[in-house]
Amino acid sequence: MTPKTLYRKLVDSHTVVTLDEQNVLLFCDLHLMNEYTSPQAFAGLLEQNREVAMPGQNVATVSHIIPTHPIQHRVIQDPASALQASNLKRNCELHNIPLFDTNDSLQGIEHVIAPEHGMIRPGMVVICGDSHTTTYGALGALGFGIGTSEVEHVLATQTLVYRLAQDMRIRVDGHLPIGTTSKDLILMIISRISAQGARGFVVEFCGSAVESLSIEARFTLCNMAVEAGARGALIAPDETAITYVLQRAPDIDASLRSRALARWATLRSDEHASFDVEHHFDAEDVAPYVSWGTSPDQSIPITGTIPHAEGSQRARIEHALHYTGLAGGMPLEGLPVDHVFIGSCTNARIEDLRTVAAVVKGRHVSPSLRAMVVPGSGAVKAQAEAEGIAQVLIDAGFEWRQPGCSMCLAMNDDVLAPGQRCASTTNRNFEGRQGRGAITHLMSPGMAAAAALTGYITDVRKLGGSND
Amino acid sequence: MTDTHRIAGIAALLDIANLDTDQIMPKQFLRGIDKAGLDKGVLWDLRFDGEGRPRADFVLNRPEYAGTRVLVAGPNFGCGSSREHAVWGLQQYGIRAVIAPSFAEIFYSNAMNNGLLAVTLPETDIIELMKETTEGAAPMRVEIDVDVMIVRSPRMTRSFALSDRHRRMFLEGVDMIGATLAHKADIAAFAQRHWGQQPWVRDVARRTKQRLERR
Repeated sequence: MTPKTLYRKLVDSHTVVTLDEQNVLLFCDLHLMNEYTSPQAFAGLLEQNREVAMPGQNVATVSHIIPTHPIQHRVIQDPASALQASNLKRNCELHNIPLFDTNDSLQGIEHVIAPEHGMIRPGMVVICGDSHTTTYGALGALGFGIGTSEVEHVLATQTLVYRLAQDMRIRVDGHLPIGTTSKDLILMIISRISAQGARGFVVEFCGSAVESLSIEARFTLCNMAVEAGARGALIAPDETAITYVLQRAPDIDASLRSRALARWATLRSDEHASFDVEHHFDAEDVAPYVSWGTSPDQSIPITGTIPHAEGSQRARIEHALHYTGLAGGMPLEGLPVDHVFIGSCTNARIEDLRTVAAVVKGRHVSPSLRAMVVPGSGAVKAQAEAEGIAQVLIDAGFEWRQPGCSMCLAMNDDVLAPGQRCASTTNRNFEGRQGRGAITHLMSPGMAAAAALTGYITDVRKLGGSND
Repeated sequence: MTDTHRIAGIAALLDIANLDTDQIMPKQFLRGIDKAGLDKGVLWDLRFDGEGRPRADFVLNRPEYAGTRVLVAGPNFGCGSSREHAVWGLQQYGIRAVIAPSFAEIFYSNAMNNGLLAVTLPETDIIELMKETTEGAAPMRVEIDVDVMIVRSPRMTRSFALSDRHRRMFLEGVDMIGATLAHKADIAAFAQRHWGQQPWVRDVARRTKQRLERR
């Protein structure tokens, strides 16, 4: 038999029908929905008088428009957003789809709640009307984002017409230096292969550095693969992944466990499987990375300087520097920020918050800025409160808010003012993303914590405290 | 040749690499539950200043570019968020095709699923087209023949590739869901087999939610 990549195995095991040389009808095990990319899909079903094919394989949450003010019972003040939330509830009730509604204690960002409650299992195909669905590769599940037309298609058929991607392997060997994280690693990778370096590919991450990452760190890595244009990201599920899943999936009990383990053991690329493109990176090269421009690939180590506008990228660099108000040759170290945002599907899980707490414990946020923490979900929030982390953050001067996507894309009322500069643990530093004219610097949670304490972008490794 | 087979009109140049969907359709226009009114939001920050006044220097605001049908754009067009609102908005604004060296994957699928033609040409051709767009006194007009997959500008004729499926969808407007529902029995049989092998994925969302509610 021809050796196969993990990606091909996942596609083959979900192919209902081969449609032509490029397309298959792909069965989708789990479909996640939010309030803003699903309404037109439900409306389309209604128009055509179509049913939801398999409601139990779908789940929805209110995540993008939800306010995060630190109040117990949340009321969405914006009438249009309130309508999106009530519309989602109505659609879920109508079609018998489980929903994490606005005031559900476990509500949160889709990519945080689905894995934390054991809904993501190795070998699954998971889709969502959200580009960061690549996150689930961390558990050996093929996840990818889709548009609203495809949301409707999945609702009606539980399948997608799926155009096959090519195979890319990114190997990272060695040890991540102390004070660096998988966020720094992925920013380094994107800065080297570019914002479209993985366009058309599903990326399999491997190597000793990847294997030694926690599952939450792997989520961060796979989550941001889409910022290099990847259609999916995968990590072969190992014991760490399987332990994570089994702890959260009590339904996979003794009667099923050996079958599940046997199945999951096959979820790796065969020894001689061929990849269309391979990259190799050394984890020792990773330093705390920070973005300086308006695309995630415009990122540099904190120890470096911003590139000069020259060469083939001249116009692009000039354009980005004009927007961010910076100049070629400048370091980012010492650059004052107005805001610190810790949150998003990239970095708002419990380990991220523990890292922030370790850096800021016993210290205080600079009076020159506003710093907020938006936990990824109700469960993360409750755990952080139980562990005493929330109190550490509050004592340090952070706002401790309710869960949601919040200022990652600023669809709710957490929006920056024009010209404000933000140290952000999110995934996109696009123009206007966090608010019109606002400037985003992507970085790890530890680096954002360091910026919060000092008032400027700085190397967290200088501050002491543990950040690994 | 019917209208779906041929796109002809003014082409405007957007020489920006990685033009993301946040810029094509900013967040404040994503709060609807239908597709209406998205033409208003298209490329908002590029078209309007902070006070909401049109930027006179932006190409689509120049009077001679009224009725633009085609955008000539930089690589990785439509990267970032999966929001299909970006495609709906471009169409409502009157754009029928985007010509670029490359498109982000989700945007490309969204475009094809809505009949917005995404034409990929080599970067060297795009540079030529961009030159041609900026050199003339009047806006450049292009013509795209989808049947034979050819783009024509006054100085250049180039063929482009479309998969058979996408070409057919564009020309015939296939009801994708209807076509898939023709495989309904295959899907049901597949699901039974799949769940027989992996019972732990069956009803995974519903069972998880029920378990959490019992806690």
